[in-house]
Amino acid sequence: MKVAYWPGCVSRGFTPELHGSMAKVAPLLDLELIELDRAACCGAGVIAEHNQELADTLNARTFALAQQTDGALMMNICSTCQGAQSECQERLDANTDYRQQINQNLSDEGLSYERGLTNKNFLWLLVEEIGLDALKAKVRRPLTDLRVGPFYGCYIVRPVDRLGVDEEHPRDRYMHMVIEALGGTVIDYAGVYKCCGFPIITMNKQASLSMAGRHLGDAMDADADCLVVPCPLCHLNLDLQQPSASKVVGRELGMPVLHLPQLVGLALGLEPKDLGMSKHVVKPTSVIDWSTSVVAGTAPAAA
Amino acid sequence: MPEYLLRIRRFDPQSGEAAYWDEHSVELGERNSVLDAILKVKDEVDGSVGIRCSCQQAICGSCGVRMNGKPGLACNTHLEEAAARVRGVGWNPAEGLDESDDMTPAGVIEIEPMGNMPVIKDLIVDMDAVHWKKIQRVTPYLINKTPVPDREYIVPHENMVDVTQTMACIQCGACVSDCLSMEIDPLFVGPAALAKAYRFVGDPRDAEHYDRLNDLSQDEHGIYDCTHCFNCIDACPKGVDPMSQIMRLRRRAGSDEKIVDRNNGHRHEDAFVTLVRDYGLLNEAELLPRSYGGNSWFGKFHPAAGKELMSSIGTVATGVLRRKISPKTALLGHKLGKSDLSSLNHIYTEVEGRDQRVELNLYVTGYEDESERELAGIEDRQPPAEPSAPGEGSQSASSESETS
Repeated sequence: MKVAYWPGCVSRGFTPELHGSMAKVAPLLDLELIELDRAACCGAGVIAEHNQELADTLNARTFALAQQTDGALMMNICSTCQGAQSECQERLDANTDYRQQINQNLSDEGLSYERGLTNKNFLWLLVEEIGLDALKAKVRRPLTDLRVGPFYGCYIVRPVDRLGVDEEHPRDRYMHMVIEALGGTVIDYAGVYKCCGFPIITMNKQASLSMAGRHLGDAMDADADCLVVPCPLCHLNLDLQQPSASKVVGRELGMPVLHLPQLVGLALGLEPKDLGMSKHVVKPTSVIDWSTSVVAGTAPAAA
Repeated sequence: MPEYLLRIRRFDPQSGEAAYWDEHSVELGERNSVLDAILKVKDEVDGSVGIRCSCQQAICGSCGVRMNGKPGLACNTHLEEAAARVRGVGWNPAEGLDESDDMTPAGVIEIEPMGNMPVIKDLIVDMDAVHWKKIQRVTPYLINKTPVPDREYIVPHENMVDVTQTMACIQCGACVSDCLSMEIDPLFVGPAALAKAYRFVGDPRDAEHYDRLNDLSQDEHGIYDCTHCFNCIDACPKGVDPMSQIMRLRRRAGSDEKIVDRNNGHRHEDAFVTLVRDYGLLNEAELLPRSYGGNSWFGKFHPAAGKELMSSIGTVATGVLRRKISPKTALLGHKLGKSDLSSLNHIYTEVEGRDQRVELNLYVTGYEDESERELAGIEDRQPPAEPSAPGEGSQSASSESETS
């Protein structure tokens, strides 16, 4: 399957292991990625908070570039991109006059967004396009006995109407389903659908790190071996900032946090180092037996 | 008639006993409301169940509760809808339940008091202690411009329409219940009160726009304490979109009033917007120092940026050691090609150069049905521009009574 691929900014900046692991996993899933290397940042909601028309124009440009490819749909690997782009697309698709005005802003480049683009996060694509049975059939190293806590964050599950979460598309359960399909054990804990705190890290660092620390602690209390996230911004607060979060909440943490393509890649037989796991701040030693590169058994969580 | 298992969270703080689940089977139609079921239990089985309610028509805002994890009004939530949420649907599933636990053909509905507020009894929470205190915090009344005109104020229609969405609030507290910022920072002014603040910031008759915005920007628990978690949008039974109102307050404060707050809120936004213009992509290594020290390359040399850098030195060092952050990325960032940057510059100039911002509010315009539109032969028109000083209308009142 060929897709117009939007990696986002952070996966090529402070979480390079995300972009790298997606590139490694794609061929194993028969995914051909046509990278949108001319597209701009989605704005992460911040540009929309400054000027809605500006955010809508930047994303309409990305959508238009995606529509110029022969990809079956557009795929992203960042929940924040999914949420911010879905918000802009909702407005663009809802009102012809508005869409025309936004397209007018793109006319100098000869670009135009046509209503009705399909833009799916890798998680949605895994379940809805590839399918759990096909995914299961590709597993080479089942995540047997690995206790994985899904951390959805916000942008990929809310608001449910805009993001198409319903009985037919239970997208708020997809990570649960993928973990199980890969042979792992799902750990439900209090933080599954909560906010990682990243958006206010520069405004209220104490509250931001308290959020991250609380969710990591809850996952530890539920005996998770690791968390998996569909968003690099969540990864920044839960992994890069974990030592600071530990100080704020006053407890030892040491909870490994995996990007979704890394978890999939592990189960499909890729080596942890090829998936960039050595770049994590909290080493996923509870996930991986580094000497043999085999998913560990029931080892307790440790940094 | 389907049978539902109601699990009601019971708690009386004055009893000295711990909270417990009280289970009742109720036979009611799937289109009956959760409130119907609670009142049936109260009327026929146990009159001591505490629930606050009045109009039963989603107008008074009294019967806010959590149903299978999601906050909302018990009176406008159908039993079948609440039961279907047992999986979660974006909210943590009800405690210890999953689909296999359906003990009746129709399902299980766990009913709890709203969160972020102390419980008075069972499903009744203390709205005065949290919600109303926060509403008072934002000066929830019009402060007239002077001199007062001899006759009534004339308010442009578009300004009236602009504040319609926030005026739809019925003060039920559902958004407060599950605000994830307030869960961590109880002092956060919160979604309901900030939506109320926009009702006056958007009203051209109000004389204190700047002071209101400055107050809520400078407050470390004010408009920049919202994390964009979207819980309030999904919780609201009236489509108020409190988070969107908070973003509009930020737009007014930062873009219109140029308020530079002490919480780095405006600097962060300003730096973000500028960096995307100049690089096309987000340059995280520049964004952080600029958020603290000011929106220029020299921002990193500001004492505030230096202080933050010193406090984060361990985090940065670990990132570099693990090759998560390469020196090249940190120093140069990543950039789009020249022709793309030139296109972005053109877009910025065009959009930022407008006399009035263009803002499409789907609450006001609705979702167009294209086929109907074509049939009607509606001619093209410009989308509504965001009014520069909107608003008119009277504050909606709500009444409530308590029974326990």
